[in-house]
Amino acid sequence: MLRTLRQRITVADIVVWIIGLAIAFVVVYGSIKTLQAGKYDARVWIDLTITGLALGGVYALIALGYTIVYGVLKMINFAHSEIFMSGPFTAVFLALALNKSGFWNSHPFISILLVTILSAVVSSTLAILLEKIAYRPLRNAPRLVPLITAIGASFFLQYAFRGFFGSGLQAYPELDILKGTWTFGTIPVYKTQVVVIVSALIMMLILYGFVMLTKMGKAMRAVSEDKDVAGLMGIDVDRIISTTFAVGGAAAGLGGILYILLFPVVHFFMGFIPGLKAFTAAVLGGIGNVPGAFLGAMILGILEAVGPSLFLNGMGIAAPYQLKDAIAFTILVFILIIRPSGILGERITQTKA
Amino acid sequence: MSKRLLIVFSALILATLVLSACGPQASAYECTDSIGCVTVAPGDPIHLAYAMVINGPDATLGIDSRNGVEIAIAEKGQLLGHDFQLTGEDDGCSAEGGQAAGTKLAADTTIVAVFGTSCSSAARVAVPLLSQAGFVIISASNTAPDLTLPGNENNWPGYLRTAHSDTFQGAAAAQFAVDYLHATKAATIHDGSLYAESLANQFAESFKGLGGTITAQEAVDPNQTDFKSVLTSLAPGGPELIYYPIFIKAGALITRQAKETTGLENVALMGADGMFSPDVSSGAGDASEGLYVSSPDLSAFSAKYSTFFLPKYQEMFGSEPISIFHAHAYDAAWIVMNAIEKVAVQDADGTLHIPRQALRDAMYATTGYDGLTGKLSCSPTGDCANPVIAVYEYHAGEYPPVKVWP
Repeated sequence: MLRTLRQRITVADIVVWIIGLAIAFVVVYGSIKTLQAGKYDARVWIDLTITGLALGGVYALIALGYTIVYGVLKMINFAHSEIFMSGPFTAVFLALALNKSGFWNSHPFISILLVTILSAVVSSTLAILLEKIAYRPLRNAPRLVPLITAIGASFFLQYAFRGFFGSGLQAYPELDILKGTWTFGTIPVYKTQVVVIVSALIMMLILYGFVMLTKMGKAMRAVSEDKDVAGLMGIDVDRIISTTFAVGGAAAGLGGILYILLFPVVHFFMGFIPGLKAFTAAVLGGIGNVPGAFLGAMILGILEAVGPSLFLNGMGIAAPYQLKDAIAFTILVFILIIRPSGILGERITQTKA
Repeated sequence: MSKRLLIVFSALILATLVLSACGPQASAYECTDSIGCVTVAPGDPIHLAYAMVINGPDATLGIDSRNGVEIAIAEKGQLLGHDFQLTGEDDGCSAEGGQAAGTKLAADTTIVAVFGTSCSSAARVAVPLLSQAGFVIISASNTAPDLTLPGNENNWPGYLRTAHSDTFQGAAAAQFAVDYLHATKAATIHDGSLYAESLANQFAESFKGLGGTITAQEAVDPNQTDFKSVLTSLAPGGPELIYYPIFIKAGALITRQAKETTGLENVALMGADGMFSPDVSSGAGDASEGLYVSSPDLSAFSAKYSTFFLPKYQEMFGSEPISIFHAHAYDAAWIVMNAIEKVAVQDADGTLHIPRQALRDAMYATTGYDGLTGKLSCSPTGDCANPVIAVYEYHAGEYPPVKVWP
C-alpha cells in the first residue's frame, strides 16, 4: 500500500502541492492581516461581495454557452465571446432609438423586453450561422482544427462589427426605474445588481430544466454521450447541435443585456475579457456541467471583487486591484490542483462511467 | 504590373542617360552627415510617417492628431518641388503596439520624420528604435516627463514633443483641486500606463505639497470593465476628489460606475487630457455631468486656430476635432517641415538630400515658432511645448466640455 503510494507520487505532484500550499498560505495570511487591520468595515465587504455576485451572474450566462457546446461537441467555441458581444452591440441602436422617442423611460418594461429579445435573437442567430458555416464542415476533422477555426471566427466577428458600427464607444441610455437602491434589512443594494443576480439565477434554472427535463434536452444529453449512437437511435444530430448553439447563443445574448445593466457601454472588443473569464468559470466549475458553470462563475466573480482587498491589502501591497486577474487565476490554479476536473466536474464522469 | 514597372524603369534609365549626357556636370552631393542622409529622387515625395493609435477604443486620440498633421501637410503643399507622403502604423496606445510600430517604421529608410507616438507607453519602446534608425520623432501627445528629462535614459536623441510634460499638468490639476474644489482629501487611480502613472504620482505629490491628503493610490487594468470593486475599496477613505488621468474607455466606465458606488455618489471626478473626447461624453452618459478634465488651454491658442484650422478641419474631415492634440500635431508637422526646408540640399536635377543629424539639430534649434499652441521654442532635450493648462467641465450630453479654471 505504502509502496504503491510512493510510486504514484511523482516530483511534479510534489511541486504542484508546494505551489498549492504557498497559495493557500498567502490567502490565509493576507486575509487575517487585512481583517486585523480593520481598514474596511462589514459594509464594504458586503458591497464587494454583491458586486462580485453580479459580475458572476454575467459570467455565468456566458459560461453556460461554453459549457453546453463543450458538453455536446467536446470543442471550445472561442468565438462565443463575440456571440456575447453581438447581441448588446446590435440592441444598443434599438435602445438609443427608443430613448430618442421617449419610449425608453415611459415604458421601461416593454423597452427592456424588446432590447432583450433583439439581443438574444441576434446572438442566437449568429451562433447558429457560425456553427453551420464554420464548424459543421469540420465536424470530423481533428480536434484542433475547429479550435483554430473558432479563433479565426472570433477575429472575423470582432472586426466585422468594427467595420459595421465603428470602433468607438456606444452607451446605453440610463433606465430611470433601475436607478438607485433597494434596501434589504439595513443594506442598500443597487437595483441593477439585484436584477442581474436574480435573472442570472432564473435563467440558469430554466436552462438546467431544459437540459434535464425536456425531450430536446434528453436528446442533447444523448448526443453528448455518443454522437454516432444517438444518430442510430433516430436523433437528428445536426438539429440537436444547432439547437445547442442556439440555446448557448441566446444565453449569451441575455447575459449581454445583464452586462449592459451593470456596465452600460458597448464596443466591438467588449466580449474578449468577459468571454475569457466565462471560459475560466466553466473550467472552474467543471466544463460540460451546467450548474458547475454557474457555481464557477459566482466563485470567480466574488474572487475578483473581494480578493484583492482581502488577500493583498493586509500585506501592504499598493494598488492591489491591478492584480485582480492574477489573484482570480491563481486561485483557479489552486482549485484545479485540488480538483483537476473542476468543482462539479467529477460527478459527470462518475455518472457516465 | 510588371509591364508598368518595366516602363517606369526604362523611363528612369533613359532619364538618367539624358541627364548625365546633356546636363551640366553637377558636383555629386556627398553625404557628410554623421548619421546619414535621405535622398529623395526628383518627383518622389518626402516620406513622413506617423505612429499613432488609430484603431480600437482609444482611436480618436490618434486619428485626431493625424488629422492635424494632414492639415499642415495640405497647407504646405510642396517643398522644393517635392510632395509629402504620409504613411503610418498603429501604436496601439501600448508598449506592445509601440514595439510593433517602431520596428516596422525603423525598417523603412526612406522615412525622414515620424509623428508620434500617441501614448507615452508606446513611446518608451518605439522611440529608441526610431531614434537609432536616425529619424526625428516628434510627438503631439506624449506627456510622460522622463521622455525629455535631461540625462534620463529615456530621453533619446532626435525625440521632441509639442505636448506639455505631465509635470505641469499634474501640478495644475492639484492646484485646481485645492483652489477651485477646496478639496483636502483625494484618491488617484491609474491604469498602469506610463502616462497615467506618472500623472497620478505628479498630482499626488503636488496635492500633498499643497496641504492635502491622499487617501489611496489605486491602479486598474484598462481592459477591464468592472471598476466597482476598486471604487468600493476607495470609499472608506472618504476622498472628496478622485483623480484618474487615464484613457477614454476605462475613463468613461469609471465615471459611470463611481456615481453608482456607495459612498462615492457626491465625490468630484477628474481626469486629464486623455479623456477629452466625445467618446467620454457618450460613453459615460448622464454620469459625465460635472466630470472635470485638465487639458491644454484652448483659449490660449492663437487666432489662426479658429480662423484657419477649425474650418479646414471641418472641410477635410467633416467634423469638429474629436480629441485634444490636433493643434499640437499641426505645430509638430510645421516644425518638421520648416526644419527640412532649412537643411535640405537640392541638386540641379531636383534630387533632394536631407542630412539626418543636421535635421535633428535644426529641430532642436527651433525658437519662437509661432504655432497654434503658442510661441514654441525647443529645449536641447526636445521639449517644444508652451504649456498652458486649463480645467474643463463636462455637462451631460454636451461636447465639448466648458472651461472652468483658471
